[in-house]
Amino acid sequence: MKLTIKLEKTNTCKKIVFSKKTVAELLLQLKINPQTVLIVRNNQVITEDEKLKNGDSLELLSVVSGG
Amino acid sequence: MQHGDLCAGHFLSYFEDKVFQTIQDYRLLERNDTICVAASGGKDSLTVLYLTKKYINKKNLPAKLFALAVDEGLKDYRAHTILDLKKFCKKEKIELHLVFNKKEFGFTLDEAQKKISQKRPCHICGVWRRYLLNKEARKLGATKLITGHNLDDEAQAILMNFFKANSSLSAHLGPVSGVEKSDSKKEGPFVQRIKPLYFCTEKETRLYAVLKKFPLHFAECPYANEGYRSKVRDMLNEFENNYPGTKQGLINSFLDLLPLIKQKAMLNKEKLQHCQRCGEPANNPICKACKIIEELQTKNKTKTGKKKK
Repeated sequence: MKLTIKLEKTNTCKKIVFSKKTVAELLLQLKINPQTVLIVRNNQVITEDEKLKNGDSLELLSVVSGG
Repeated sequence: MQHGDLCAGHFLSYFEDKVFQTIQDYRLLERNDTICVAASGGKDSLTVLYLTKKYINKKNLPAKLFALAVDEGLKDYRAHTILDLKKFCKKEKIELHLVFNKKEFGFTLDEAQKKISQKRPCHICGVWRRYLLNKEARKLGATKLITGHNLDDEAQAILMNFFKANSSLSAHLGPVSGVEKSDSKKEGPFVQRIKPLYFCTEKETRLYAVLKKFPLHFAECPYANEGYRSKVRDMLNEFENNYPGTKQGLINSFLDLLPLIKQKAMLNKEKLQHCQRCGEPANNPICKACKIIEELQTKNKTKTGKKKK
C-alpha cells in the first residue's frame, strides 16, 4: 500500500510504500521509537495496533520538546 | 482508541484524576497559596497551567494564580512559544509576567553560548532560569512555584545524578522540590517548587495537550539534542519500548529511597549564604548566575583588549 507521512519534527512530508499492516509495523519500518511520537489520522490520534489502509495520510507528532 | 484501551473522554479524565491526586497526596497546594506557574508555552507548562486553574476552581480555593515566563533569547524558538502562551493566558484569563535574560543578565542565552562555548547551553540556561523564576516569583508574592516537570524529566534527572554520583542533587528531586519542605507562611529566599505532572509521562502530556486542542505549535529547543540529558532520554525511551513500565518503576524505586537521600543531605547541608553581588541565596560567596555573568564580562574585556592592540 502507499502512505503519505508528515513528520512534525522536521516539517517534511513523504510518500512511502508499506507492505505490512499496523502502525507498530510502520514505526518499525521508519525506525521510530513509538515512545517518541503520536500518530494522527484524519485528526484522530490512533494507537499502534491500528490497521492501516492504502492511501492513508498520517501525521507523526513529536512527543519530545524541551525548554 | 487514544491511550491503550481508553477513548479520548476517558483518557482526559484519567489524566486529570492523576494530576489532581498528585496534588492531594503530596499536599502540593494550600487554600491561600499565591501560585506562580513557570510557563514556557510548551505542552507541559500549558497543561499544568490549565489543570492548576481547573483544580482551584473545582475545589473552590481562594488561591491566586499567575504565570511567569522567562525569555532566554533563543533565536527562532522562544518567540513562537511565548506567542502561544500569550494567546493561551488571554483565553484562560490568567495573568502573565515576562522576564528577559538580556535585561537581567546583559546577555541572551545565544550570546552567552557563543562567548563561552565550553559550557553547555543547558547548564547556563538552567542556572539562569532557576535564578530568575525564584527571584521573580518571590517578588510577585508567590508561595508556590509550579513547574511542568513530568515523569520523563524526573526519570532522566534521577539517572543522570546516579551516573554522575551526584546523590546530593537527587535530594532536591521528588514532587516537592528541595531537601526540606518550606513553610509557605514564613518568608524565605526560596519559593517552594512543586510538580503536579510528576506521575504523567511525556507522551501522555502531549496527548492531553493535543486532545484539549491547546494552541501549540511544535518547537524544539535548538539545544535539545545537545548534552548528557538527550542521551539519557534516548536510552530510557529505548528501555521503555522494550520493557514497558521501566520509567514508572524507576520513579517508584526512587521515591522509596528519597527519604533516606534527603536525610543524608540534611546532615551534610551547608549554611545558606547570600551572593555578594546580587544578594540572592547561594551556596558560595558568589552565586552561580553571577559567576556566569563575570565569566562573560571577562570574555568581553579580553576581546576589547585584543582589538586595541
